[in-house]
Amino acid sequence: MATTIVEVQKEKQVGKRLRRREDPRLITGTATYVDDIQMEGMQYAAILRSPHAAAKIRSIDTKQAEQAPGVIAVYIGKDTEKVGAVPCGSSLPGLRVPHHNILAMNRVYFVGHPVAVVVAENRYLAQDAADLIEVDYAPTAAVAEPEKALASGAPAVHPEWPDNISFTYHQDGGDIDKAFAQAEVVVKQRITSQRLIPMAMETRGVVADFRAADRQLHLYTSTQIPHLVRTLVASMLSLDENRVRVITPEVGGGFGSKLNVYAEEALMGFIAQKTGKPVKWIESRRENFLCTIHGRGHVDYYELAAKRDGTILGIKLKIIQDVGSYLQLLTPAIPTLSVLMMPGIYNIPSIRADIVGVFTNCMPTDAYRGAGRPEATHGIERMVDILADELHVDPAEIRLKNFVANDKFPYATATGLIYDSGNYAAPLKKALDMVDYKKLRQEQAEARKQGKWIGIGISTYGEICAIGPSPATPAGGWESATVKVEPSGKVTIMTGACPHGQGEETTFAQIAADELGVSVDDVLVVRGDTAVVQYGIGTFGSRGTAIGGTAVYYALQDLKEKIKKFGAVLLEDEDVAMAGGKVTSKKTGQSKSVPEIAAAAYRAMKLPPNTEPGLVSTHFWEPPNFTFPFGTHIVVTEIDGETGDIKIRRYIAVDDCGNQINPLIVAGQVHGGVAQGLGQSLWEQAVYDDNGQLLTGELTDYAVPRAHMMPWIEAEHTTTPSPVNPLGVKGVGEAGTIGCSPAVVNSVVDALSPLGVRHIDMPLTPEKIWKILSKGA
Amino acid sequence: MKITCKVNGKTYSNEIEPRLLLIHYLREVLNLTGSHVGCETSLCGACTVDVDGKAVKSCTIFAVQADGAKVTTIEGLAAGGKLDPMQEAFWNEHGLQCGFCTPGMIMASKQILERHPNPTEEEIRNGLAGNICRCTGYQHIVNALKAAAAAAAK
Repeated sequence: MATTIVEVQKEKQVGKRLRRREDPRLITGTATYVDDIQMEGMQYAAILRSPHAAAKIRSIDTKQAEQAPGVIAVYIGKDTEKVGAVPCGSSLPGLRVPHHNILAMNRVYFVGHPVAVVVAENRYLAQDAADLIEVDYAPTAAVAEPEKALASGAPAVHPEWPDNISFTYHQDGGDIDKAFAQAEVVVKQRITSQRLIPMAMETRGVVADFRAADRQLHLYTSTQIPHLVRTLVASMLSLDENRVRVITPEVGGGFGSKLNVYAEEALMGFIAQKTGKPVKWIESRRENFLCTIHGRGHVDYYELAAKRDGTILGIKLKIIQDVGSYLQLLTPAIPTLSVLMMPGIYNIPSIRADIVGVFTNCMPTDAYRGAGRPEATHGIERMVDILADELHVDPAEIRLKNFVANDKFPYATATGLIYDSGNYAAPLKKALDMVDYKKLRQEQAEARKQGKWIGIGISTYGEICAIGPSPATPAGGWESATVKVEPSGKVTIMTGACPHGQGEETTFAQIAADELGVSVDDVLVVRGDTAVVQYGIGTFGSRGTAIGGTAVYYALQDLKEKIKKFGAVLLEDEDVAMAGGKVTSKKTGQSKSVPEIAAAAYRAMKLPPNTEPGLVSTHFWEPPNFTFPFGTHIVVTEIDGETGDIKIRRYIAVDDCGNQINPLIVAGQVHGGVAQGLGQSLWEQAVYDDNGQLLTGELTDYAVPRAHMMPWIEAEHTTTPSPVNPLGVKGVGEAGTIGCSPAVVNSVVDALSPLGVRHIDMPLTPEKIWKILSKGA
Repeated sequence: MKITCKVNGKTYSNEIEPRLLLIHYLREVLNLTGSHVGCETSLCGACTVDVDGKAVKSCTIFAVQADGAKVTTIEGLAAGGKLDPMQEAFWNEHGLQCGFCTPGMIMASKQILERHPNPTEEEIRNGLAGNICRCTGYQHIVNALKAAAAAAAK
């Protein structure tokens, strides 16, 4: 039947607060995480780990373990000699990369270093037998702090490099010497960003299943980067890459900690090959604290040069990066991101940065939510406050004075970036209005007279998202998508991104629904299986939607063209338009729906000229640039003068992540990001003692935020679309974390400023604050 | 040892090792993998199930302690195909991201509403203190409990 050409404009799905399509399986307990996988003949692995941070291994006696009930095999380092090293994907000139065998060889370098593995019939028996292995260690001196490791006479983490230096990096931008020569004021500060433990709720886990007859390894692993794991584990195990299938079932959180290739992934593949049966290893929480990468670990020395009127001229930054004992996948790259981001969102013409990456007898550091940007943001935002304090100007005013102006975009930074778009004053002004800034300052002044400690902290952050253009990344910075309209008209999206909580099964469906004019319910998003999905990069660096979503968008454009071509054949009119899920002849007004056209495209009775049957399109999208979200967080604190306890009275977050596909999901990302930022600001710290023992090795000692510790977050937005991608999105996964910590510390320092306090290092524990108050009084 | 217990309305009898934890009994013997192991030390709450009307962290009790008990896990909530109002509320309010803590979080949340049918935000937050979520910052979970309470009051 002919329909009129009057288009039925379907309601747009992009921009709607849709509840997530991935949730039904998650709320009913029917989702499959790695530990939920059961297989016939499954064996379990337990790993014996070093209790010493530095020791020579004299001998290992596995006899008793081998004879223990249910034990199938025991392996130690020398059994795995032929397995390739755990890879470091980053390269820097002169980078020292220690050989990282999957089990320790003659030495151990950190507490938790895997020494032996037991394979048994069940997890209890595997653990029992692991306890029977006797290792004769000769402990040596350890060093657990990077500045101590740099001191002369410090124990060498790797004896071949007695200076403990893994790499150095230098970058100059503008004319830093001139900037400091012209400075009317210079402020300096040592600022640390403490070691953190990512603590995803699901620990890591691997199931390996080797099918000897066709030399295929199926590796189920909780990762953010299934394809990269496939490439690298295949190489480690000398298997053909196309015969390794990596499947990431449900992933219970990552935050960067699963953006890696770990020894255990190759070790399980090795065991499956050796034993010929599937094997499962699930990391315990204790192991997760000890042996999954840590984040941050910076000691930063800042110098900021300015004029008396508050104009910032230049910054010098020396980063001492605690890399830990080994280099994991991206370890050396993380502090270079801090350098890129060191000017924040200010017009700072000159910079000088030096990084020294330092080995310690600790777990390697690598990407943790924000990965280098929280450290940089914390530094610049603290320094701007310190400058404001020095010059006795308002911290909001000094920011407004130095912001990159709206007419300067695209803006080239002194660190070599091109900021895509920005309106930096907008979120600041909005946040100041929300908090009623002037009135609040008056209230603060009154409170001070009564001996009360109230602080107002501002952080106007910028960040790098959509990581990133390929030349800026170690393994390619594009993302892939295949979109298929099936013969029934249902739409399948296969994304190379690997969402694990970010909600792209919903947001990508929203994008497809709008482009094709179909229902969101007709779209299925598939990810995380290298045998099903075309090669992809993964989910990290706030790239999922900005790059992965854009790949989906472009694949959809190709498909739309093809759908129109098939529609034109069916309608016998070359002049057709596509809208509302239909292709319509402009001549006759007749139309064909997407399912009708899909059926015809696969039936292929009549093909359009130069057109293949079917409706499938694959697009690999290489972004031309990063995106640069920004925003303002304001934190109002009240400090208990007797206990040092910090109460957050208000938490305002005004974030600009460009266009929003699903504001409900964006809000969730902001809240979760802020929670991890508050964790760092107030409670969390991975503490190693001088012997390299992790003192915060359990949830009893490592204080992740719980519900009663969190303030209500008042989240608002401004919207400055990115010109980098057609969706205008920037990314929001890490913004909350990046914007948070300087706002909190600025607030507490502001509260305590009558005592002459200028800086406090995180975490701001009550003890630390109480000591300051006691000294001050 | 032999135990007999009723899980999600169905009676099970099994010969088990005395040291087997309840969570491993549920997950590996009964194949009810909805409840998760997040810490093995009762600190995270991902393994929370209902044992005789009480929210219990199943990683820190032995399965033999549940002998004779009535256990409800996340799989028991939507048994008839219709979501429990708490599941619905978590879905509507985006009270989950990666979903790993969610089964335990929902079981704990149901108990909070049983104790406080019209809870204040403080009661909700204190009630959730034993369950860690690393994704959401808890705000949407708090909203979910408020929504579930409001729906129950209707």
